[in-house]
Amino acid sequence: MQNLTLILVLAAMAGGAFYMGRRRSFAVVGGPAHSAQLHSLPGYYGYFTLIWCLLPALGLFLLWVLLEPKVIVALIVESLPDAQRTMSAGELNLLVNNIQNLAAGDAISGEIDTVMRDAADRFNEYVAASRQMLAMLTLGLAGLGGAIALRRIRPEFRARNRVEQVVLYLLIAASSIAILTTIGIVLSVLFEAIRFFREVSVTEFLFGLTWSPQTAIRADQVGSSGSFGAVPLFAGTLLITAIAMVVAVPVGLMTAIYLAEYSSSRIRAVAKPLLELLAGIPTVVYGFFAALTVAPWVRTAGESIGLQVASESALAAGLVMGIMIIPLVSSLSDDAIHAVPTAMRDGALGLGSTRSETMIKVILPAALPGIVGGILLAVSRAIGETMIVVMAAGLAANLTANPFEAVTTVTVQIVTLLVGDQEFDSAKTLAAFALGLMLFVVTLCLNVLGLTFVRKYREQYE
Amino acid sequence: MRASRKNSREIVEAGLARRRRKEAAFRASGMLATAVGVIFLGVFFATLVMQGASAFKQTFIKLDVEMSASVLAPDGKLDLAYADFDGLVRNALRKEFPDVSGRSERRELYRLVSIAAGYQLRDMVAADPSLLGSTSTIWVPASSNVDMLIKGNIDPEIDESLRPINDAQVAWVESLQENDRLETRFNTALFTNGDSREPELAGIRGALMGSFYMLIVTVALAFPIGVAAAIYLEEFAPRSRWSDLIEVNINNLAAVPSIVFGLLGLAVFINWMALPRSAPLVGGLVLSLLTLPVIIIASRAAIQSVPPSIREAALGLGASKMQVVFHHVMPLALPGMLTGTIIGMSRALGESAPLLMIGMVAFIVDVPGGFTDPATALPVQVYLWADSPERAFAERTSAAIIVLLGFLLIMNLAAVIIRKRMERKW
Repeated sequence: MQNLTLILVLAAMAGGAFYMGRRRSFAVVGGPAHSAQLHSLPGYYGYFTLIWCLLPALGLFLLWVLLEPKVIVALIVESLPDAQRTMSAGELNLLVNNIQNLAAGDAISGEIDTVMRDAADRFNEYVAASRQMLAMLTLGLAGLGGAIALRRIRPEFRARNRVEQVVLYLLIAASSIAILTTIGIVLSVLFEAIRFFREVSVTEFLFGLTWSPQTAIRADQVGSSGSFGAVPLFAGTLLITAIAMVVAVPVGLMTAIYLAEYSSSRIRAVAKPLLELLAGIPTVVYGFFAALTVAPWVRTAGESIGLQVASESALAAGLVMGIMIIPLVSSLSDDAIHAVPTAMRDGALGLGSTRSETMIKVILPAALPGIVGGILLAVSRAIGETMIVVMAAGLAANLTANPFEAVTTVTVQIVTLLVGDQEFDSAKTLAAFALGLMLFVVTLCLNVLGLTFVRKYREQYE
Repeated sequence: MRASRKNSREIVEAGLARRRRKEAAFRASGMLATAVGVIFLGVFFATLVMQGASAFKQTFIKLDVEMSASVLAPDGKLDLAYADFDGLVRNALRKEFPDVSGRSERRELYRLVSIAAGYQLRDMVAADPSLLGSTSTIWVPASSNVDMLIKGNIDPEIDESLRPINDAQVAWVESLQENDRLETRFNTALFTNGDSREPELAGIRGALMGSFYMLIVTVALAFPIGVAAAIYLEEFAPRSRWSDLIEVNINNLAAVPSIVFGLLGLAVFINWMALPRSAPLVGGLVLSLLTLPVIIIASRAAIQSVPPSIREAALGLGASKMQVVFHHVMPLALPGMLTGTIIGMSRALGESAPLLMIGMVAFIVDVPGGFTDPATALPVQVYLWADSPERAFAERTSAAIIVLLGFLLIMNLAAVIIRKRMERKW
């Protein structure tokens, strides 16, 4: 709450700075009547003062808030008696946690001894001192910045150029966040994956045939050696993706063809938004539908023709995922079909071919790169889809091509490995990041390929 | 010459019937494909409404509760935290069915009423201590099994061992019904309660508030950053390798699986920056990274649609490049940017996979009151309830989905309206 007050005070100061800067610009030329003597509009002098007042103070504030917890913990650890300081990292972590809880007045595990009590008191002292220093420093910096800016205001001072320069830097910073996100994804996934590959070899991970990530907690535990061969996961992912594609590609493509070529505009006006609705339904809802409605149907249907169907069959998850992807395939195919020049279509029709012949022999071959690009994007979407498979596909890592059996996928395993309490250092948790790396690399390749196809193709006919 | 022309014509005519059949088949398969999507949508909404509509109703039982002081304050002192309000409910039930005897039978009887009844009595006494010693007639929620029976989700005709409610209980419920002591009303608990292990007490308010806080963070970050990035890329960025890289990068980010963003959030925000787990703040941060590409792409399209003549006119009148953008281009592109933002927000509202990674799947009873309180989100609540075995939770899951879809529909309608109302054709 204290931080919020500080932010509000800062905001008020910034408002004041704007007002004072603007007034100062009038003062240096001798009143608003002479404002034409200024280089920039008076408001820019206000903004200039505001930026000087706000930016350094805000920067300091953010830095402080980010670093404060780490610095305080380091100080606390430093001040602990030797007996505690030489503990293992895990124990020390627990102790620091307990001290923090004690300081906040929460319930803690274990007994409270004087060392902890002292440390907790010190913790509270440090926090209070840090808060005070932060408030003084930021407000001081804000005042100082504003004063410096005010002193620089002269009639010939180019305030607008300065302000615009700062705004430009802010815009650049905003646009580089997208790059930072990608770098962040790559680094966070890569680092943990490298730690995983120190414990499990890359070849075992990529080519091993058994997946059972339960690692032994005790050395003498039976049957939980932990085995990280990811082939069953890849196979399961591919199986479900293949089922989804078998549904989505023909249905999506034929829908696009029908709506583009055959349907009346009335039907199009109804069917298109309806199909777009399909794209807007959250995946967790599809998952619910797959698990509670489609899976039992598949099971009864399979049993009625004498097949053994698992209750969490790959087929149910794949079918529903296929339905989910129909709008994606159909809208990308629609784009591709519409990009084919009318002259080609008219030429084929003029030579006497029927509409279907025109479509199959002329338009589709011409639109093929665009359609293939769209399908690649759809495959990437299916591979990365999480909620449907978490809810409707199983956990058992079966290596099978039978769609009636339960399989598990990469995303399901990431979720099961990371949901709930975990130790961050165990191979089990790190395995999730290795799987995440695989997922990211594969989908990235598919996306780049798909987007290049789609774009190249579009340029070809433009 | 003449013969050969006739010949080729014959060839064409001979094939015509076959080609027309093919044409009809092709057309029919197109129609079928379109129908598949539409039919699925119909089946989907029908099952959802059929399963979920009943969750908006809840069964209540009328009881004459004697607020006897001897039960509540045996030693003469009333302590609200420890007083035996459940005992009052049990007494009232025993009075209603005096001929029920035997411990196990009575326990079956007590199971007709939700454990919420005791809390309800406690709140009444807390609000008005003078009730002590009086008898009041109140409606208390029935247990979820009775609720399911009344709504027809449990069939009383099937074998007793196959249903969670036994024959005696069914008989008691029927007798309550005959005495007008049973009715179904609008289920307000669904909208005012947080999560609970008891289906009849579980509500979506906690999840709704969690989603609300997350969306606030998301829109506060993603909208300004997305718009600023779009402005830079469209108006200022020099055509260079760097801007090409950013462009490719944004298109790719839009297609990265959402769960990967969850891994990023777990590694960066929680493990590295040590932000609290399960907090809407972290959820909002992850979702804003997730929606940023959507907003940037939509905003760039909006900026592109502003005709260059506007820019040239402003430049001609002496405006600086920055003034052109902020005084003229941005106001004109704003409807498109807002539409893109709303679409992005509706995607964020439905997203659940990345939230699983950052610990927003915990069972949380309290309604979150701030950005750092533990919380879950509406789609995650759907996921959690879908896992529960009780029949009553399936019903509530559907109800939560209906609410979620309702919000999504409102947001998308808002986007359509903004686009229709404010978009200019040049």
